Amino acid sequence: MNTKQCDYVAGCTGQFNSNSGQEVAQLETDGESRRSFLTKMIAAGAATAVAGFPYIRARAAEPTPIKFGLLEDRSGNFSIFGINKWHGTQLAIKEINDGWTLEGGVQGPGGPGVFAKVAPKPPTANIKEVVDRGGDETAEDTVWNEEDEYLIKSGEKGVLGRPIELIAPDPQSDNTQFQALSRRLILDEKVDVIMAGFASAEREAIRPIMNQNKMLYFYNNQYEGGVADKYTFCTGAIPEQQIVPVMQYMIKNFGPKIYTLAADYNFGQLSAAWTRAMAPILNAEVIHEEFIPLSVSQFSSSISRIQEAKPDWLMMYITGQNHSNYYPQADAAGIKIPMGSSINIAQGYEHRRFDPPALARFHVTASYMEEIPTPRNRKFVERWRKMFPDEPYMAMEGHSAYVATHLYAKAVRLAGTTDKETVIKALESGIGVEAPSGWVFMDPATHHLSQYIRLASCDEKHNITFVTEWPYIEPWWTRRLGVNLVRHPESKQYIPDDDPFFKMFKKKEQS
Amino acid sequence: MSLGYVISLLYQYVDNVAFLLLAALGLMLILGVVNVINLAHGELIMMGAYITTLAYNRAHIPLALCMVLSILGVGLFGMLLERLVIRRFYDDKLGALVATWGIGLILSQGTLLVFGPSMQAVSLPSWTFSYGGYSFGGYRLLLFVIAIVVAVIAWWTFYYTRLGVRTRATMQNADMARALGVDTRRIYLLTFGAGSALAGLTGALYAPTTTIVPLMGNQFVDVAFITVVIGGGTNPIVGALTSAALLSLIATPLSSTLGTFIGRIGLLIAALIVIRFLPRGISGYFQDIRYRHMARVRS
Repeated sequence: MNTKQCDYVAGCTGQFNSNSGQEVAQLETDGESRRSFLTKMIAAGAATAVAGFPYIRARAAEPTPIKFGLLEDRSGNFSIFGINKWHGTQLAIKEINDGWTLEGGVQGPGGPGVFAKVAPKPPTANIKEVVDRGGDETAEDTVWNEEDEYLIKSGEKGVLGRPIELIAPDPQSDNTQFQALSRRLILDEKVDVIMAGFASAEREAIRPIMNQNKMLYFYNNQYEGGVADKYTFCTGAIPEQQIVPVMQYMIKNFGPKIYTLAADYNFGQLSAAWTRAMAPILNAEVIHEEFIPLSVSQFSSSISRIQEAKPDWLMMYITGQNHSNYYPQADAAGIKIPMGSSINIAQGYEHRRFDPPALARFHVTASYMEEIPTPRNRKFVERWRKMFPDEPYMAMEGHSAYVATHLYAKAVRLAGTTDKETVIKALESGIGVEAPSGWVFMDPATHHLSQYIRLASCDEKHNITFVTEWPYIEPWWTRRLGVNLVRHPESKQYIPDDDPFFKMFKKKEQS
Repeated sequence: MSLGYVISLLYQYVDNVAFLLLAALGLMLILGVVNVINLAHGELIMMGAYITTLAYNRAHIPLALCMVLSILGVGLFGMLLERLVIRRFYDDKLGALVATWGIGLILSQGTLLVFGPSMQAVSLPSWTFSYGGYSFGGYRLLLFVIAIVVAVIAWWTFYYTRLGVRTRATMQNADMARALGVDTRRIYLLTFGAGSALAGLTGALYAPTTTIVPLMGNQFVDVAFITVVIGGGTNPIVGALTSAALLSLIATPLSSTLGTFIGRIGLLIAALIVIRFLPRGISGYFQDIRYRHMARVRS
């Protein structure tokens, strides 16, 4: 309605279309006065239109929103994760539309240094202690900084003066729904970007559709790694950032005999393949592997097999709500074996859902957990709780969704347009943001994030401590296989079997 | 093969039987007597689990009492359902199928809207004992004992009470039973209530062992249907008992030696074979044998 009325008013359109940075900034900083000003102008416009002043100079000022498609499971087997991710996206979009952005930009690796002061050593043991202690600054030592807030004013509401509009139907944890809704978002809604999917099966169901339509697609989830796709950007953690570190830690602290319990679909199979491939390199051995169909919820036979095999520790790749029943059942059966994982508790907050000590001795390498004690994360948790007071836990993938949304907004601002090819170029420019977890950086060659990874350990009372931190792990594996999406666009998923290096070590183990 | 391993196998067997029996008994009772396939069965189980969990976590009632609350709550809800909806579909079996399915959808999605995607579970009383390098959960054995007790109570009600006689009469020939003064509507109402109460009991018993989520009923429903199909609706109690015992006998050694996946496949293949040769299920086969025997005696 506003648009139409404004069309007839020279004064109105002129003023809003001039779009000079100064004026926009002035109008944006004071939303209240802008609104009242607008109403006045519209009233005036209506009056003049009625009076019959037909000058038309330019199109209306009311900006068309940026259409943001989101497909996250709000019902079904994966709703625990999907609702959290949906909330993460909503929070980021609200912040962007309110005129905020995460600090960052095109900086390249070493980004944290840009805002840093110099600290005596990196906080690898317990970040809170180091931050609180401070320490003498020296000129030569490692650069480190911890500010309490990285959310800064962007200077405009929305992006490029356009608000972001969220279009988020519920795909119900159903792969065919994902496909149908993806087509709807692309063809009917004509969205500018799609962020979608929890399970790898969901991602692989829609990735071909995204490619066919040249749609910019974000997969905001930790997964089994290996996707090399010109149109896909992955903001979750991957095996080289999670599986390798957690295996190192578990082997060092508990021993070399590993028992893998994995969900029977592409994520579980490929993550187990990673564990199998890395074990000989780390002087360990996978003594048994078991793959559990997603529909299974009773684990008495698995539990007795584990007791029979007597491993030093368990590698857990089970997922979904049926599988999480394993923990109370194993606890009730008296299994006291340490566990390592790349997903559980960080993704599905099992340590909050089950009474202690079902998740005791659990270790996970996570790109984010609510318990991260840094000041900036506490600020983030505060903002989230304010918007979603009933949220039970802020999980790893909710954070990935939040970061991805801010990253996308930054890339659009850099590109100066929502045109997908240009935004992809902006995302490939070496762009990063200060996420609540730490500095993350979009690797141009692989379209994956360099992440701040922490190893969380869960105790008998289900308290989380971060025993080790890796402030910057790059997505190096597909790069090692020669993937460079800037130079050579492709669309495939590499698996550990594609890596001759792993095969070489496997042979050695067999002989 | 050590003694510890044998005991571990036995424990797994007993655990499987309890799960199948508790999951299927309510469904089977309703199918056998009322002749309605209740597709909301999983959601009724979910309701039972939610009532127990909410009562335990929020009102701090002792766990056993919470479970009684679940049985009563879901039982009454089932009777209400029969009164308001199911009753209208006795002449329309497919309609009943769709109606109960719709009720199931409303229940699970409504729960998601009201209580969110997940809830803190009830903590499991951790009685464990170990033998020969294996440790076992005491609560799982209790589940088995309860499952057997429930089956015995149901069997006793079926064969040794007036209500049981009337129910069996209604099952065999509803028109004739009505002619003889049996209030079949009341029998249907009570049976649907009892089946729902059994679902509530199952949900309550398994609440401490599983994740409390709106779709938790699904984990019970697929195995429940296999059990029901194999048992057959001719005699709900005998059918449920024999079918749970047989299926566990196939699935336990398979999943214990070859893995959970193979165990699940074994279950499905067993179901295929049984349906091929005994289309009316095990209890239907028993009935056929009895009829044949009676015919032979008479001639």
